[in-house]
Amino acid sequence: MLEVNDLHVSVEGNEILKGLTLTINAGEVHAIMGPNGSGKSTLSAVIAGKEEYEVTQGTITYEGRDVLEMAIEDRARAGLLLGFQYPVEIPGVKNIYLLKAALNAQRAARGEGEIPAPEFMKLIKAKIADMKMDASFLQRAVNEGFSGGEKKRNEILQMLVLQPHLAMLDEIDSGLDIDAMRVVSDGINSLRNAERAILLVTHYQRLLDYVVPDYVHVLVDGRIVKSGDAELARELEANGYEGIEESAA
Amino acid sequence: MSETLTFLDTLKARDSQREPEPTWIAARRQAGAARFEAMGFPTRRDEEWKYTNVRDIAQGNFALAADGDFSPASAAALTLPLEAYRLTFVDGVFAPALSDVQGLPEGVEVLPLSQALADNHEAVGGPLGRLTGVEFSAFAALNTAFMEEGAVIRLAAGCVVEKPILLQFLSRQNDTPIMCHPRVLVEAGGRSEATLVEHYAGDADAKNFTNIVSELFLSRGAILTHYKLQEAPLGDYHIASIHVEQERDSRYVSHNMDLGGALVRNDLISDLNGKGGEATFNGLFFGQGRQHVDNHTKVNHNAPLTFSNENYKGILDDRAHGVFNGRVYVKRDSQQIEGFQSNQNLLLSDRARIDAKPELEIYADDVKCSHGTTTGQLDQDAVFALRTRGLDEQSARGLLTLAFAGEVLEGVALDVIAERVELAVAGKLPERFNLTGLVETAAALNE
Repeated sequence: MLEVNDLHVSVEGNEILKGLTLTINAGEVHAIMGPNGSGKSTLSAVIAGKEEYEVTQGTITYEGRDVLEMAIEDRARAGLLLGFQYPVEIPGVKNIYLLKAALNAQRAARGEGEIPAPEFMKLIKAKIADMKMDASFLQRAVNEGFSGGEKKRNEILQMLVLQPHLAMLDEIDSGLDIDAMRVVSDGINSLRNAERAILLVTHYQRLLDYVVPDYVHVLVDGRIVKSGDAELARELEANGYEGIEESAA
Repeated sequence: MSETLTFLDTLKARDSQREPEPTWIAARRQAGAARFEAMGFPTRRDEEWKYTNVRDIAQGNFALAADGDFSPASAAALTLPLEAYRLTFVDGVFAPALSDVQGLPEGVEVLPLSQALADNHEAVGGPLGRLTGVEFSAFAALNTAFMEEGAVIRLAAGCVVEKPILLQFLSRQNDTPIMCHPRVLVEAGGRSEATLVEHYAGDADAKNFTNIVSELFLSRGAILTHYKLQEAPLGDYHIASIHVEQERDSRYVSHNMDLGGALVRNDLISDLNGKGGEATFNGLFFGQGRQHVDNHTKVNHNAPLTFSNENYKGILDDRAHGVFNGRVYVKRDSQQIEGFQSNQNLLLSDRARIDAKPELEIYADDVKCSHGTTTGQLDQDAVFALRTRGLDEQSARGLLTLAFAGEVLEGVALDVIAERVELAVAGKLPERFNLTGLVETAAALNE
C-alpha cells in the first residue's frame, strides 16, 4: 500500500530524514517510535503534503501512485489521511461543515454524487456516539476551545467518517487521560481491517497496549535503526532509547 | 453648488404642496435646508468623508415617491420570516397594508411618524433632533429639511416587548429614481427591554437613495438590541445616521450588517452618559463588484464606569471598497471605563480595498482601552488542515471566509437573521468557493 524508499527530507536546509525506507501493506498496523527530534512527525507530515518540507531524495509510493506528485487534497481523497499531533483550531468553521465538505470531496473524487442529507446525518450521529462526543460538537467551530483530549477525539471522528485506507496518526496519544485514551483506541481499532493500514507515530508505549501493532520501528536521527513486533515497544519502555541509539551509532 | 439646487428645488416644490404644519416643523425644515445649502454635499477634502465619494448621490436627480404601493407577493418574498410587530415603508412612504402592530403590550407604541405627529406633534418635537441636529452632516440637514415619514417607538418604564419590532424599508424599481428621508425616534423608558430590527430590501434593479436618521434614547436600565440588516438593491444609495443616548445602567447592542447597496455610509454613535452604561457594536460588511461601504462609529464615554465593545469585520471582493473608522472617546476624568475595539478585514481580490482607521482619544488615566485593525489573508495552517481532509484550496478558502463572517453572527440571538446573513454571504462568495449545500446542512441540523 505504501512504499517509502530512501527518503531524505530537509527543513530550511537541515536534513531531518536521512534515508528512510518503510513498506506498509494492507491490513497492517505499524508504529514508529523514537526519541524527540528523531524525525517521527516529519515522515507523516511529508506524506500528508506539508509544504515546508523539502524532499531531496527518495520516493513515496501509495497504491501505485507517486505521492509527491499528488496535490494535498488528492492524497486525502485517495484515502491517505493524517491525524495531527496539534490539531489546528479553525474559528467559525463548524465541524459539521468540515465533515460534509470533506466527505463530499472524497465522493466526488470517486465519481459519486453528494451524500443525501438524511444519510449524512445518520452516519454522523452514529460516529459521534462511537466517539462518546456530544452532538453539540457538530455545531461548534473545529477544535476551537477544545481540550487536548477533545481535539484528539475529533481527529478520530474525522477518520471514522472519512474511512481512510491509510490512517497516519501523529502522537494521537499525547494529551489524553485514561478514559479518552480508551475511546480513541477503540476508534482506531474499529478502523482495523484487512484492506486498511494504520501508521502510529508515538513517543510512548502506552498507546500500543491498546492498539497492538504488527510492526514497531525505531527511528533515530532520521533513519529506522531497528524493526520488530510489539515486543520491541515493551523493551523500549523498559530500557529507553539509549541502548538503541548507541548500537546505531 | 448646482447639485444642492436640484435638491432644494425638489424641496420647494414639495413645500408648496404641503398642508400647513406646526411652526416648529416648518422652522426645522428651514434650518435643515439652510444648513444643507451652506454646507453642500461633503467632498473628499472633508476629513469625515475622505474615503467616500458621494458624487453619484449629489449629481442624482431623485424624485419623491407618490405612493407606497408594493406587490404583496414581492413583499412577502423579501420580508424577514420573523414573527414581529411590523411597520413597512415603500420608498419612504408608509404602507399600512404591509404593516401590522396588533397586540402590542400595554405601554408600548409603535407608530409611523406621520401618525405620531398627527396624534401629538409636541411629543415628537421635544426629542426629535436633540441627538442628531442639522449641524451633524449635510445628510442630516437634508433629512431634516425633507422629513415626513418614519417611525416613533415608545416604551413605558418597565415594559418588556418579547417579539421584535421590525421596521421594513422596501425600495422599488422606478422610472425616475426616488429618494426618501426617514426619521426614527426610539424612547426606551427605564428598565424597558426590546429588540428593534431595521431591514432594507427591494427590487433587484432599483436605484434609489435612502437617507435615514435615527435617534435612540435609552433611559436608566433600558436594554435595546438593535439589528440593522441592510440588503438594499445593489444600485441603491444608503446613508444612515444612528445616534444613541444612554443613561445609567442601560445596555445597547447593535448588530449592523451591510450586504447590499452601491454606496453605503453608516454613522453609529453612542453617548454613554451614566455609570454602568454599556454599548456593544457588532458589524459585518460584505462588498463585491464596485460596492462602497463606509462605517463610521463613535463611542463617547462621557461618564465613569462605562463599557464598550466593538467588533467589525469586512469582506471585500472584486473592486469593492470598504471604510472603517472607529473612534473611542473617553471624557476627562471618566475613570474606570473599558473600551475595546477590533476591526478585521479580508480582501478576496487584488483590486478590493479597505481604509481602516481606529482612533482612541482618552482624557482619563484609569481606563482599559484597546483597539486594533488587521487586514489580510486567511490562516495558512487552517487552509492546509482543511486540504488534508480532501477540500481543494478554493473550497478551503471559501469555508474559512464564511467562518470569518460567522464569528460576527455568533452574538446574533435571532436565528432567522443569523441564518439569512450566513446564506447570503455564502451565496455572494465567488462560485469557485463551492459552498452550496453546506450552510443548509447546519440549518437542517438545528431543526
